[in-house]
Amino acid sequence: MEVGILALQGDVAEHASALRDVGVKPRPVRVPGDLTALAGIVLPGGESTTMSLLLGSSGLVGPLAEEIASGLPAFGTCAGMILLASSILDGKPDQLAFGAIDLSVRRNGFGRQLDSFERDIEVAGLGDGPVHAVFIRAPLVESVGAHVEVLGRLGDGGSPVLCREGGILVSAFHPELTPDRRLHRMFVSIIEERGR
Amino acid sequence: MPGGRYPAEATTQLSKGSPCHAGGTRSSVGCRGVWIHCGVMQLPSPTDSTPPATRSPDVTGSHEQVAGVTGTFMVKRGLADMLRGGVIMDVVTAEQARIAEDAGAVAVMALERVPADIRAEGGVARMSDPALIRAIQEAVSIPVMAKARIGHFAEAQVLQALGVDYVDESEVLTPADEENHIDKRAFAVPFVCGATNLGEALRRIAEGAALIRSKGEAGTGNVVEAVRHLRSIVGDIRRLTQADGAEIYGWAKRLAAPVDLVAEVASTGHLPVPLFCAGGLATPADAALVMQLGAEAVFVGSGIFKSEDPMSRARAIVEATAHYDDAQIVAKVSTGLGAPMAGQEIGAITEHLADRGL
Repeated sequence: MEVGILALQGDVAEHASALRDVGVKPRPVRVPGDLTALAGIVLPGGESTTMSLLLGSSGLVGPLAEEIASGLPAFGTCAGMILLASSILDGKPDQLAFGAIDLSVRRNGFGRQLDSFERDIEVAGLGDGPVHAVFIRAPLVESVGAHVEVLGRLGDGGSPVLCREGGILVSAFHPELTPDRRLHRMFVSIIEERGR
Repeated sequence: MPGGRYPAEATTQLSKGSPCHAGGTRSSVGCRGVWIHCGVMQLPSPTDSTPPATRSPDVTGSHEQVAGVTGTFMVKRGLADMLRGGVIMDVVTAEQARIAEDAGAVAVMALERVPADIRAEGGVARMSDPALIRAIQEAVSIPVMAKARIGHFAEAQVLQALGVDYVDESEVLTPADEENHIDKRAFAVPFVCGATNLGEALRRIAEGAALIRSKGEAGTGNVVEAVRHLRSIVGDIRRLTQADGAEIYGWAKRLAAPVDLVAEVASTGHLPVPLFCAGGLATPADAALVMQLGAEAVFVGSGIFKSEDPMSRARAIVEATAHYDDAQIVAKVSTGLGAPMAGQEIGAITEHLADRGL
């Protein structure tokens, strides 16, 4: 199985290493030709405004939007979550949103770097205890569509930090920065479940 | 594996919950609700249960109590990881900061004078006026970095109080301490430091730097020193991975660096923090060059706003950094950018900033 990683900017190497750990071959995606015959795609952490601009100039935005619309499973972490969301608050006016998952997210919703934090998150349906989650200038999910499954929150009744809708999985935190591979394994299961 | 790349010292310090020293960081910035800063309180182990957040998900608001741990080495280094493959641009006004953000910068460095002007005008170069830093923070949504003088921990405390996202303990400013760098572990804000060789890089990491940039020679528009420093760091890492167990100690002695960090680099083949490149980059091809030599992102100082057409050049350097190994794209974006900054021969300059703070 070959899974793409949007490799225009961000922590691509960490996702590549996580994918290898779960038995998947990672493929960096920088131009439209890199999208051919992928089983899924990861949108990494990084700066969403930079990635948005480079998605436009590389010609990836159209072909990638078509792939996602036709069912390509996608996993977005932090900036990747922002790119996949349906609505972005505090973004740049021309900032791109693929609208692949019905979420409204606020960029840097927890504040600046001094407010970046780590803590444990209970994830629905995941065995072996909580996930230790690292939030870096993270987006804050402000509202969630009716068909979105919230898999993890900041404590009981806290804001959603891990969500899924169909083949789209998003986290406000960075599972790629810690050695725990359960969420990358979850993404691979989603790919398999959707017959890709 | 990323999880194994963090220096052992940071973990030890965190688990001990050691108190801040006098130069430390009981910052009021970010201390909202139950937030706990590095070194201020006993930190929970990863298995401790954390109290639930109190905000309901349908409430619209900017901050909530997250019951998380802030200021850890993981989150400091994490932001550096997120900047990889990007361009960090020097800006001296809010307007330049907006241009940098529109051009695709991953972060901006707020300062009063770009290195080329510091070089030309002389005098003591210090931390920027807080008003300028605040104006730039308000102008953009991307991370804002700012420079403190080498060893000037009080300037760094001010920058942390202003809520900057990264402090650059920089040789571009006039050093405040000729013997000691800032004890960066005592801060919640992350630090980037320059290095000309592997030993210098590891000494800065031992002091708590979460990001290293090769120094180059700032304000010259000449990439030769950046290449020298990057090749020195990357080449020594490559050679170090061939060392046997006994030779690690010889390496530590020659590098004047802690033996555990030397051993870690020997086994992983990379620094325990990201390695970016700075100092003299002026063209898209300069960015492509240093990225191919092993830099993970680039700082561009005078090279953008001292050129004829800053917006186009900034955009082009962003594209060339992202597509550094695709010469067709680098050729395309290098076309018709107007004049780059004039630049200087290294032999013609009298003061080598890279020699400060080794």
